[in-house]
Amino acid sequence: MIIAKRKPLDQIMEMLAPYNQICVLGCGACVTVCMAGGQKEAEELAALIRIHRKKENRNGRVESFTVERQCEYEYIDQVLERLKGFDIILTLACGVGPQTLVEHAADLLVLPGVNTTSMGYPKEQGVWVERCLGCGDCILHLTQGICPITRCAKSILNGPCGGSAEGKCELGQDIECAWHLIHDRLSALGCLDNLSEIQPLKNWSVSHHGGPRTTVREDVRVERGE
Amino acid sequence: MSVGSRLAKALNNGSFAVTGELGPPKGAGIDQLKHHAEVMRNHVEAYNITDNQTAIVRTSSIACGAVLVQMGLEPTIQIVVRDRNRIAIQSDVLGAVALGIKNILCLAGDHQKFGNEPQSKGVYDIDSIQLLKMLKDLRDERVFAGGDKLEGEVDYFLGAVENPFADPFEYRVDRLEKKIKAGAGFIQTQCIFDLERFKKWMELVRERGLHKKVKIMGGVTPIKSMGAAKYMKNNVSGITIPDSLIDRLRGAENKKAEGLNIAVETIQQLKEIEGVAGVHIMAIAWEEVVPEIVERAGLYPRPQL
Ligand code: SF4
Repeated sequence: MIIAKRKPLDQIMEMLAPYNQICVLGCGACVTVCMAGGQKEAEELAALIRIHRKKENRNGRVESFTVERQCEYEYIDQVLERLKGFDIILTLACGVGPQTLVEHAADLLVLPGVNTTSMGYPKEQGVWVERCLGCGDCILHLTQGICPITRCAKSILNGPCGGSAEGKCELGQDIECAWHLIHDRLSALGCLDNLSEIQPLKNWSVSHHGGPRTTVREDVRVERGE
Repeated sequence: MSVGSRLAKALNNGSFAVTGELGPPKGAGIDQLKHHAEVMRNHVEAYNITDNQTAIVRTSSIACGAVLVQMGLEPTIQIVVRDRNRIAIQSDVLGAVALGIKNILCLAGDHQKFGNEPQSKGVYDIDSIQLLKMLKDLRDERVFAGGDKLEGEVDYFLGAVENPFADPFEYRVDRLEKKIKAGAGFIQTQCIFDLERFKKWMELVRERGLHKKVKIMGGVTPIKSMGAAKYMKNNVSGITIPDSLIDRLRGAENKKAEGLNIAVETIQQLKEIEGVAGVHIMAIAWEEVVPEIVERAGLYPRPQL
């Protein structure tokens, strides 16, 4: 899932300062699961904003509600009229949410309430780890399920580098060396040979480095208006 | 093998080769670098010039290498994959060749987190093994990474580094083999303080006959003070210093003299290990002791090439 973290309150209050009709818009998808921007977080944040504004003797209105998925027009449509009644929408969705909103309804004004950090999963309660960079050319078959593009700080394809020590990355004790993990896993599976071949230069053109990507599936497309 | 490289010649004619290391300054004034190069002139075959070492912005290694060429000396320019993509690296290598540079050492480079621009974007378009292979193909097949044909020819002696002290230990020999396959003609190792571990690694290297396929140069760094030892032990990624060595230094009255003794003894032992073809002395910020180390290790005068 996509992982996000709420922006610092100071920054949020500063961004909101010019506005009086504020909607804190949660999203029911990933950010709900990672507890950054679901209904509960939206309500909490709206309450904090109200307190802050009260202290500053500001009038106006702060409301919160949640869209099932901010990244799809059909869900946005369900609340569009309501959204138009605010002069600002602080969205707690990942970076896709606010962009989908303004592409769908250009007259909406949006602010990001979270920083989108990564694609990953909750390793334990309160700890989310990054596991995919969306490079466009998955190589998990070579490493039996451990991604060096994401988990190695240097995205090395022929690892580990000389900084790997006792299973840890040169970046620090809190980061496992992805290539140490790959080595141990392949060794346990008896296919260490996978690593003897020199992995060729990666094709980054299918990643974001090739420009923003549009994924097209002709077989499921419908012409608009049909 | 590159025809023009003195380093290649020294390694291939069976003499125990010696290289030094120069770190470009954090400014454009390179008089001191030139001075340090002069100090070692008669004691080393070639000089590694670091490429923004530990991710700290410094004068370009190719530029400093070109200055050495003008001085009649032989640089080995280091190239890390942290800061340049395949376009920039290939372009810079052609420029380096045009400037008379004959040795290239391929490395991953320390992560930018450790340097003075920790907010920079790391490039890591390719890794160090791919860098070797790319430069080998450019030289031997005369093709760029993208398949385009090189105009004319290029020649250089390609090297790589290996760290016998990094983990997983057994895999370090596989990785060496991979680097040889990718095009490494010589290998310089990380600083050797743990000779026992190095010997164990060399044993594995010999078992596979790899010492016959590549010239291995042991890395040696003279320790200047207790502070320097502790700093390296705790802060330099990939370096291990055994406690016994720290104790020996602590017990010594004159730390500098003891540091030099340790370096000299290490080289003497390296000379005895089958498959070690030379030594790479990294005396950064202590360059003036290199001649003394070389002489005391019995490696002076250097053979005429
Ligand atoms: S230590 Fe491991 S994870 Fe860290 S940069 Fe090196 S190979 Fe990648």
